[in-house]
Amino acid sequence: MIERLAPTARADRYGNRINRARSPWRAASVPYATIMIASLLPFLLLADVVPLLPPLGFLMFLGWRIMRPGLLPIWVGVPLGAFDDLFSGQPFGSAVLLWSIAMITLELIETRFPWRGFWQDWFTASLGAAAYIALAMVVSGGPLTMAMALATVPQIALAALLYPFIAQVIARFDRFRLSRSRRIG
Amino acid sequence: MAPPSSRRSGFSKKAQYSVFTGYLLATLGALLGLALLALSLWQPSALAPLQGGAQDVVSPAGRAGATVRAGSGSVADTISAYWNAGAQNATLREEVEIARIRLAEAEAVAAENERLKSLLALAEGEIEPVATTRLIGSSSTSSRRFAYLSVGRVDGIETGMPVRSARGVVGRVLEVARSSSRVLLLTDSESVLPVRRAADDTVAFAEGRGDGFLRIRLINLGLNPLQEGDVFVTSGAGGYYRPGVAVAVLTELTSDGGLARLMANPSATDFVSVEPIFAPVAVGAALVPVEERIDSAENDAPSAQGGGGN
Repeated sequence: MIERLAPTARADRYGNRINRARSPWRAASVPYATIMIASLLPFLLLADVVPLLPPLGFLMFLGWRIMRPGLLPIWVGVPLGAFDDLFSGQPFGSAVLLWSIAMITLELIETRFPWRGFWQDWFTASLGAAAYIALAMVVSGGPLTMAMALATVPQIALAALLYPFIAQVIARFDRFRLSRSRRIG
Repeated sequence: MAPPSSRRSGFSKKAQYSVFTGYLLATLGALLGLALLALSLWQPSALAPLQGGAQDVVSPAGRAGATVRAGSGSVADTISAYWNAGAQNATLREEVEIARIRLAEAEAVAAENERLKSLLALAEGEIEPVATTRLIGSSSTSSRRFAYLSVGRVDGIETGMPVRSARGVVGRVLEVARSSSRVLLLTDSESVLPVRRAADDTVAFAEGRGDGFLRIRLINLGLNPLQEGDVFVTSGAGGYYRPGVAVAVLTELTSDGGLARLMANPSATDFVSVEPIFAPVAVGAALVPVEERIDSAENDAPSAQGGGGN
């Protein structure tokens, strides 16, 4: 008589390892879906008189790119940026430009520093978000004033502080993305 | 974490070409973005239908969100009101006393106004709003300040119509899509509004600064007559807003005017009403070049473009 195994003995964090495979649709679509939802979310929240909310869509995009290099193709800034532009209130094309530049820049950073850790990723993401917010203000079409530049400081700080949380959320989504859901045979 | 080894192209010609193509496409994408950006900064109306269509699609979700927001906002208010109930009661009682006195005074003024208007034979009716709705969303991450309404062309909204809440002016309709529209809020850096001091007729411009304050710039320079706490209302100049709607309270003095805080904070408003343009003729006339006669260009006056960039 073979003793019954514990139900978790043949499972890892992606689910049962026997007789199961991950769903290709889910594995391919989750990053795009989460980035698009994050782009849409600030549109539905009602703004205060100053921009306080960090650009969630861009942070999510940055997070997926940093945590799963190679998952998003390098030209993906065009479609995802165009979607973000529809709802961000920026002139159309600003996110297409800035997200494409971000993709190329991150690729170059990765070639230069192939071994990275969480702290360095956080540093990269904060720097990226700060540059993005500043450049987005420059191309927003309004006149540039000192007051406007000062108003972005809390937004930049919040974006930098939000990265660990975004990284956690992306890790959860990544586990969901790769969980074995398809039954084989 | 090292990058996955599958991303190294090594000696494989195929892998090398695909990396190269990726870079090429990304660069072309960036150039495409630059071109689109230049187009939309140069001709803001060229790509606006694209954004308008997208807003139309998500506006039902925004409407649902606005309803939830209105419900949940009151929970926090209720708790804080309970917390401060005792002290608030005393202050409110005092305020009511004063308000009653002021109300009586206002009635007297109103009666006198009525008398004077009848002398001048001025007929003035209550302005019927074109639509009453909620703000469904906003550009909360961009440095530009826009809000979105779930009413559009089918509801009779037109570019340039003023948007106000019960507390005061919120902004002006900038772009109209089929069933949604975009509002330029007063704090946007492209927004300029002619105002006057409520107490007298000191005229000024209220310009958005992009950081939540309005800059009050006096038209007549010289000795600055303003004081902190002065209330500014619309002057009616320019023809978009009807005169006498509250705009802002002065909080800080500067050499040529001051900084003012908004009366109607868009995030605190519940319902807003869209009103017809106060004097379409004046708006149209402002668009006619000086050399031309106004009556020759009057036919296309109502389609006045609502100024202010994108």
